[in-house]
Amino acid sequence: MNLAVRDIRHNAGRFVFTTVGIGLLLMVVMGMGGIYRGLIHEATLLVNRIGADLWVVQGSTRGPFAEVSRLPGNLEDRVRAVPGVAKARRFVSHTVQREHQGKPLRIVMQGLSWPEDRGEWIPLISGRMLNQAHFEMIADVSLGLALGEKVHLGQDAYEVVGLTRGMVGSSGDGLGFFTVSDAQRIQFDTPGEAVRIERAARRERLAKTDIGRLQPVLLDRANGTSQSIPALAKPQVSAVLVTLAAGASAADVRANLAAWPDVTVYTTQEQRDLLVSGMVDKARRQLGLFRVLLLIISTVIIALIIYTLTLDKVRDIALLKLIGARNHVIGGLILQQSLIMGAAGYGIAWWLGRYAFPRFPRLVVIENEDLVSLAFIVLGISTLASVLGIWKALRVEPNTVLAA
Amino acid sequence: MSTPAVEVSHLRKVYGSGHTEVVAIRDATLSIARGEVVGMLGPSGSGKSTILTAIALINPPTSGQISINGTAVLDGPKELVNLRAFRRQHLGFVFQKANLIPFLTALENVQVALEVNDVPSRKARARAMELLDYLDVGARANNLPVALSGGEQQRVAVARALANEPSLILADEPTAALDSQRGRQVMELFAKVAHERNAGVIVVTHDHRTLDVFDRILEVEDGMIKERPLSQPASNS
Ligand SMILES: Nc1ncnc2c1ncn2[C@@H]1O[C@H](COP(=O)(O)OP(=O)(O)OP(=O)(O)O)[C@@H](O)[C@H]1O
Ligand SMILES: [Mg+2]
Repeated sequence: MNLAVRDIRHNAGRFVFTTVGIGLLLMVVMGMGGIYRGLIHEATLLVNRIGADLWVVQGSTRGPFAEVSRLPGNLEDRVRAVPGVAKARRFVSHTVQREHQGKPLRIVMQGLSWPEDRGEWIPLISGRMLNQAHFEMIADVSLGLALGEKVHLGQDAYEVVGLTRGMVGSSGDGLGFFTVSDAQRIQFDTPGEAVRIERAARRERLAKTDIGRLQPVLLDRANGTSQSIPALAKPQVSAVLVTLAAGASAADVRANLAAWPDVTVYTTQEQRDLLVSGMVDKARRQLGLFRVLLLIISTVIIALIIYTLTLDKVRDIALLKLIGARNHVIGGLILQQSLIMGAAGYGIAWWLGRYAFPRFPRLVVIENEDLVSLAFIVLGISTLASVLGIWKALRVEPNTVLAA
Repeated sequence: MSTPAVEVSHLRKVYGSGHTEVVAIRDATLSIARGEVVGMLGPSGSGKSTILTAIALINPPTSGQISINGTAVLDGPKELVNLRAFRRQHLGFVFQKANLIPFLTALENVQVALEVNDVPSRKARARAMELLDYLDVGARANNLPVALSGGEQQRVAVARALANEPSLILADEPTAALDSQRGRQVMELFAKVAHERNAGVIVVTHDHRTLDVFDRILEVEDGMIKERPLSQPASNS
């Protein structure tokens, strides 16, 4: 006969109420672990999917994700000349926040190196990859755009030709794929007024210097296209992605590139590590702290309710001692109640999580190993929580039965 | 002559110390045989409960010896055996109230006494059912204590006290919460149990109308015990 279960049945209301509360707390603990996994997943998603062997970025930076990296657009051609390199692609990545149909639209823009890269590697759920050099985009469903929809960005409208699911940047915002030149056009869209003002400024400077007066051709240059005005020059790219030729040694190619003083080279694994150790680390520590606090709160709640249930049973415990029940029977009664509460709370957390986690604004990834380790933690805190009640129960004197 | 169910000699119990000192038992000596049902009378505060709880091994005396079923168990406050194990094997208890565990059914309340004494669950259940039938409450076996009348609750408590075939059953005012007719039925039950199950039974009571069920009557006054002849009418209270 199990005394713990019978007592719980007798106090069902209180027990169920508390257990649901514990379940919600554990669900949040579980969810926070899942959010951490999700952060890593999202942060490394692009690096994992884009299929580059080496990342060439600005010298002594840890870009292009962890910090800003700027490289001249023609670096691509230099890289291509290195033996062992099969393909080199320009990579442009930046986040824009614009307005679309009256609502803010945050896009993590990825520039694809048209025409070498049309987005063949992007897993589409519908639509197609890019077919022309301009005015097409592939959008993640999290951006809320529909196939065929036209989005005004800068001076042009871009048509959504393909859709992805779950392709988001490390901030959780959806990715949008454009050709590199479109991506740059959107980000660095220069209004005519800026061009005119810069031209006027150049002319003024030249007029004030001897060389400007002696070399009228310079004045012509100052009146040229915006592309040729250094302050408005075509922006640079974030990185160059290298695909190795079959049989080429990554170490050799890397050694060659590393000898250039203006770039730094990372492998895909190193890019992943940069993201996880740098950008996600603070979030991990923050979430870890919350998890620990919530576990402590859960322990305190279980301990208090088990202690109260024990206080309510003092006379029954005294009676059990009077009729000769051993300490392990009485301690076991309380420990079992605590474990049942922990286990039921865990079950509720797991069950609720299945419905709640997909509705969280950030991706929640629940791994089996996390479920197992949380189960052990709950076992531990339930045991710990029973200590107070057991301590009380073991101190009950059998003659308490007689107290009025 | 067979071993007495309980023997108490020169028992003394003092509560507190200094200003608050109360001598609850001055010098009590008694002996009760198995199969004997003994009533214990006395005015309030005379020390009846103190004597009973001392024999129940839950309230150690200041001095004096207690032997149960031939085994010396207490010498003053000194424990000569494991008291809890000894209670489990040799003693049964019935009290005025708080007798039953509220979250267990009548049957389970009896069963638990057997299970704490290592009787396997199934056997304990069968034996508990037998005892409830023996005490005429078998029909209420699956009810929780709240659903039972006071008299039924006391019968279940008696069944539990009998569960491990104790040599001694102790009852402190078991009928105080019952009307006189039901009180009498419970008292008769104790006599029946003592005689049929060969247990010594001590019942503390204030009810003078049921004294005829006892084989002997002990009167406690001012912490002392004296035997009262059965024929003599009540002296006081
Ligand atoms: N725990 C205690 N601490 C101090 N004094 C106590 C304690 N228990 C009982 N006493 C005192 O010991 C004396 C005997 O008490 P006891 O309970 O044995 O009397 P009783 O005969 O059972 O009385 P009643 O008929 O009212 O139940 C009383 O004076 C009582 O106040
Ligand atoms: Mg009393």
